[in-house]
Amino acid sequence: MRKVFACALFLLLATWMTTARSDLVISKVDRRIDLTSHIVRVLSTLKVENAGRVVVSEILLAIPNMQAKNLANLKAFYNEGKGKGSAINLPVAEVHPEGMPRELSFYSISLHEGLEKGKSLTVNVLSIFTHSLQPFPEEISQSDVQLVVYQDSAYYVSPYEVKSQSLNVLLPGGRVESYTKHPSGKLVDSEIKYGPYEKLPPFSYSPIVLHFENNNPFVVAQELVREIEVSHWGSIQITEHYNLAHKGATNKGGFSRLDYQSRSYMGGRSSLRQLIARLPPRAHSIYYRDDIGNISTSHLWGDSRKTQLEIEPRFPIFGGWRTSFTIGYSLPLQDFLFVSEGNRFLNITFGCPMDEVVIDDLIVKVVLPEGSKEVSVSVPFHTKQWHETKYSHLDIIGRPVVALEKNNVVPEHNTYFQVHYKFNNLSLLWEPLMLISGFLLLFVACIAYMHADLSISKSSASYIAKLQWDEVQATVQQVQNVIRRCLSAHEKLETSLQDLSRTGDVHSCKATRKIADGLLKELSKELKPLMGFLQSSPQAAQIWPKVEELVAKEKEMQEKLMQKHVAVVDCFEKKYSGREIENRVAPYQQKLSALKQEVDDLLDYIDEI
Amino acid sequence: MGAKAGSSPPVVPPPASSATSFFPSINGLKLKTKQQELLIRVSILALVYVLAFAIRLFSVLRYESMIHEFDPYFNYRTTLFLTEKGFYEFWNWFDFESWYPLGRIIGGTLYPGLMVTAALIYWTLRFLRFAVHIREVCVLTAPFFASNTTIVAYFFGKEIWDSGAGLVAAALIAICPGYISRSVAGSYDNEGVAIFALLLTFYLFVKAVNTGSLAWALASAFGYFYMVSAWGGYVFIINLVPLYVLVLLVTGRYSMRLYIAYNCMYVLGMLLAMQIRFVGFQHVQSGEHMAAMGVFFLLQVFYFLDWVKFTLNDPKLFYSFLRIALTCAISVGSLALGVGMATGYISPWTGRFYSLLDPTYAKDHIPIIASVSEHQPTAWSSFMFDFHILLFLFPAGLYFCFKRLSDATIFIVMYGLTSMYFAGVMVRLILVAAPAVCLISSIAVSATLKNLTMLIRAKNNATPMGSSKGTASLKASAKASSFDQPLPYQRNVAIALLLGAFYLLSRYAIHCTWVTSEAYSSPSIVLAARGAHGGRVIFDDYREAYFWLRKNTPADAKIMSWWDYGYQITAMGNRTVIVDNNTWNNTHIATVGRAMSSYEDEAYDIMKSLDVDYVLVVFGGVTGYSSDDINKFLWMVRIGGGVFSVIKEPEYLVNGEYRVDKGAAPKMLNCLMYKLCYYRFGEVTTEYGKPPGYDRARGVEIGNKDVKLEYLEEAFTTSNWIIRIYKVKPPKNRW
Repeated sequence: MRKVFACALFLLLATWMTTARSDLVISKVDRRIDLTSHIVRVLSTLKVENAGRVVVSEILLAIPNMQAKNLANLKAFYNEGKGKGSAINLPVAEVHPEGMPRELSFYSISLHEGLEKGKSLTVNVLSIFTHSLQPFPEEISQSDVQLVVYQDSAYYVSPYEVKSQSLNVLLPGGRVESYTKHPSGKLVDSEIKYGPYEKLPPFSYSPIVLHFENNNPFVVAQELVREIEVSHWGSIQITEHYNLAHKGATNKGGFSRLDYQSRSYMGGRSSLRQLIARLPPRAHSIYYRDDIGNISTSHLWGDSRKTQLEIEPRFPIFGGWRTSFTIGYSLPLQDFLFVSEGNRFLNITFGCPMDEVVIDDLIVKVVLPEGSKEVSVSVPFHTKQWHETKYSHLDIIGRPVVALEKNNVVPEHNTYFQVHYKFNNLSLLWEPLMLISGFLLLFVACIAYMHADLSISKSSASYIAKLQWDEVQATVQQVQNVIRRCLSAHEKLETSLQDLSRTGDVHSCKATRKIADGLLKELSKELKPLMGFLQSSPQAAQIWPKVEELVAKEKEMQEKLMQKHVAVVDCFEKKYSGREIENRVAPYQQKLSALKQEVDDLLDYIDEI
Repeated sequence: MGAKAGSSPPVVPPPASSATSFFPSINGLKLKTKQQELLIRVSILALVYVLAFAIRLFSVLRYESMIHEFDPYFNYRTTLFLTEKGFYEFWNWFDFESWYPLGRIIGGTLYPGLMVTAALIYWTLRFLRFAVHIREVCVLTAPFFASNTTIVAYFFGKEIWDSGAGLVAAALIAICPGYISRSVAGSYDNEGVAIFALLLTFYLFVKAVNTGSLAWALASAFGYFYMVSAWGGYVFIINLVPLYVLVLLVTGRYSMRLYIAYNCMYVLGMLLAMQIRFVGFQHVQSGEHMAAMGVFFLLQVFYFLDWVKFTLNDPKLFYSFLRIALTCAISVGSLALGVGMATGYISPWTGRFYSLLDPTYAKDHIPIIASVSEHQPTAWSSFMFDFHILLFLFPAGLYFCFKRLSDATIFIVMYGLTSMYFAGVMVRLILVAAPAVCLISSIAVSATLKNLTMLIRAKNNATPMGSSKGTASLKASAKASSFDQPLPYQRNVAIALLLGAFYLLSRYAIHCTWVTSEAYSSPSIVLAARGAHGGRVIFDDYREAYFWLRKNTPADAKIMSWWDYGYQITAMGNRTVIVDNNTWNNTHIATVGRAMSSYEDEAYDIMKSLDVDYVLVVFGGVTGYSSDDINKFLWMVRIGGGVFSVIKEPEYLVNGEYRVDKGAAPKMLNCLMYKLCYYRFGEVTTEYGKPPGYDRARGVEIGNKDVKLEYLEEAFTTSNWIIRIYKVKPPKNRW
């Protein structure tokens, strides 16, 4: 193994390299390597002592390059006071000090207050590595267990002298194929202990190789695009596009559904059957789909503190298999959007809501409402940033988008970040107004079209005929109106007769008759030019006889009504009895109702034309 | 108003008089009868428009917004390509992913109307700033066009009968199951827009014949162009219209209007149709289009004779001329046809055309057409299922049409009768008959209802008000109220009949809704069943398998499956297939059929020669899904045997019986399809109380439980075993 050889080289290097940084001495190191999932978490508790004369303000950490390239997160913190005080984070930065071995990467922890001579400090360093467990064998069949290899050093690699140290490696349980027993490794339950070792010079290195069973699915999102769209109408829509792969031992020899279903312990223990996304409380409108449609295998639970979405991929994911899907959900706006000093800021989590998923390439896009200005982002770690524009429903200038990209993301990165921006509430009305005006324009266009004369030739026969027909129709309408007014005058006369029978007021009745008479005369005068026009117009030829008949009947009706009116009034003046009056009026009455019927029919008929 | 004036003046109570004084003011607000009618008509149409759209959304509500069935997946894939790459790329598209290793020239072998329509809608919406996904557009294209069809049906009904019939026609066609079956949301197929185009063309043509207007004829030519661009069923138009013209000529209804309408429509329509690459010069070269051309020349002869008759003005001379002219015309025409046929310039009728005219043709000559379930002759039950009461209203409507014959009603009668015949020949052509049946039935409904309401209304106001019978009641009312009493209980009977009609129509509506929700809204990609506890169980195996192919096979993997699944595999699995639903190469399909029905080692050679990487079979033995590959297998044998004589159908049958249990034919038990379907199935207990290896789709215990595969290995099986995918192993090193 080349790696081991290289490590041995370190040891040699270390022996003659007793370099300057010996001011600090690490009096005690406890390392705990957690290998229970596919993410390697190393927690080192360092007790650092200043043995030199000057105040030291930084501590160097050394990580072999082989591991450093998989380093996802490096966090240093110390506990305030004794016991369970609150943890205080220390800034960590990558440095390239002179005269150090090139096979190591160095990180420096800056202390808030310098470490004075003779003082000591306990610092916890949590380093998280991804892709550090190598499946071995690389190909397994469906029923095999997944074995992985982990390599590290039994000694804590440090540029400082380490007085006392120990190492605990936590394994997920199950079979341990082999582990390096030298120096002094022993397996207790599912934990391997190394050490304690005393007094080791700087850069001491002793390679260890662990080969053990780890049936966790190595879920790696090769790409995850999270789109967070803020709508000031009251919700935040989050869409997450996953591109997942199982990076464990590759499946060989096909997949047997029979084994998978009936012998669940045998068939595919390392396969990914389901994922659980822990969404914020009050998440709603949740969906789970992929390129070809909805995926129906998901379950949702929710209470006031969280919403839990359990999703199953379309098929179980074995080693080397891939899948992709999209989940989306909406969140209430007031939980995540706040206002401070006229600025708005969105406070939302960065990473993916699922457990134990390593994301190779995470892109978070925050889509702000159209018209947002002065956008700035504050993220607790380094990301690549750029701006985009997105066009969604009814967008004219597009929505400003802030995109953040980060590689090698682990669940520890799932912290809050903030996007600050300015937004005028009036801009909200822009889109509804646009819709309203759009419809308004449509209707106006319709009205304009209905009233516009779009015929090409203004002199063609059919066009002229159409114009004439319109005119005829208008005239007929007028005639009808006049007739209707006549009829209402008749009505008035009838009413006056009824009044007469009640009150016996002959004079008022006569007066009514006079008025009605005058009105009817006027109307018939009005009718004359209209009739003249209709008679002369060729277009009215087929309608003319009906109109003529109508007018004639109406005239007859007028006459009869007048006669009836005169007769009734006469009778009243002569004080005839009711019966007598009825007898006298009866012939007129019959005639009138017949005429009335005919006039109505004619009106209907003309209406239908 | 009339009633009040009619009563004797002295005894009218005072409140009535005050009411009459209000009357003018109310009158001013009231709409005129005509406007009222217009308002009612427009609102009914608007409601029908919405209804037609809404009823087709069952599938979206029940399942999701997805593309259905088989062909729509191809249409969706091409539309996606069109919207992404633009029109010219689409036109020039050579598809490497299907018909491996031949490929397919997509641009030249499809009707682009549907895709272009969807893309235009998509681009319009995008332009209007609606950020829709193309899938949503595709899913909703068919319902949208169904809604448009109702509007066309209204105008068509108005043209052939009256606006009442138009309204009824719109309402009937909006929910007619025969039409819904091909136009639910997600059924993104050519027929979705083609029925609209078909009806539009017919309507515009009838309008052109009725008016003799060039403008309408031109419009119908464009309607025809759209139809040609959308669906191969345009052949129906190009044969029905000349037939109709011929009938008009024979019945002595030749007119200048007809001459203008047909000539303009035919000439322009033909020229426009030639712009579609898939159709090309068929209008002048194919036997199926010759009727139209013949009638075109016949019309010219007719016109010429008319002119000669007019100029000669001598009947005797004209008749001798007529004799000569007719002989010449007929001989020249038949000679041209004969020469054309003989030289092969005019191609003979295709098999599909033959199978339309003769239902038994396909069964004997083209198994690939006969193997499709929608090409089977229609059963009575499916007529009833798809038309319900329209089936009875149709003859009644025909009666009304014959009673009032006009150019327009002759057209609809011919359309109805021919399409009904074709609907009887092939199940899928019920779709073409649906508009005609709806229109003719609407005439029956409308005419009956109108007559009944007239009877009721005439009785109602015989005394006071003239009914719409017009002059007849005028004379009658002169003789006071004691007028006609022709039949006792006439009014009651009329009311009863009216109620009966409403009952029938409401049954129709209920039936349509039920059919749509139960039968026609299943995407057939996702299967649903009732679980043991009444809950709905979803079988999403198809997509599971396709997505697995998409994600976990090499990008250039070639998948062999029966051709039914070709479009779906290319669209959803994004992998190359050997054959697909565009059954243009019978030999290629027969090769796949041969591979499926051979022994494994023989099949392996065939698969190696086709570079097959994976084999996909559909198997329903676990779930009881009956339209699986074992049930389709005889067609594979038949189609394979039709080309390769080594495959003999009797070898797979036992005494003419098709079985998979112990008594099955030995060849059957060891052919590739059997092995792939039943690999390790013998270890599965599918149903409680049944032996392992019990096939639920066929209800038997399988005959060969110990299936060993030598050249293939199981690569993937979906959760309900509906789709099984096998990997073809690489050749052994020794070779």
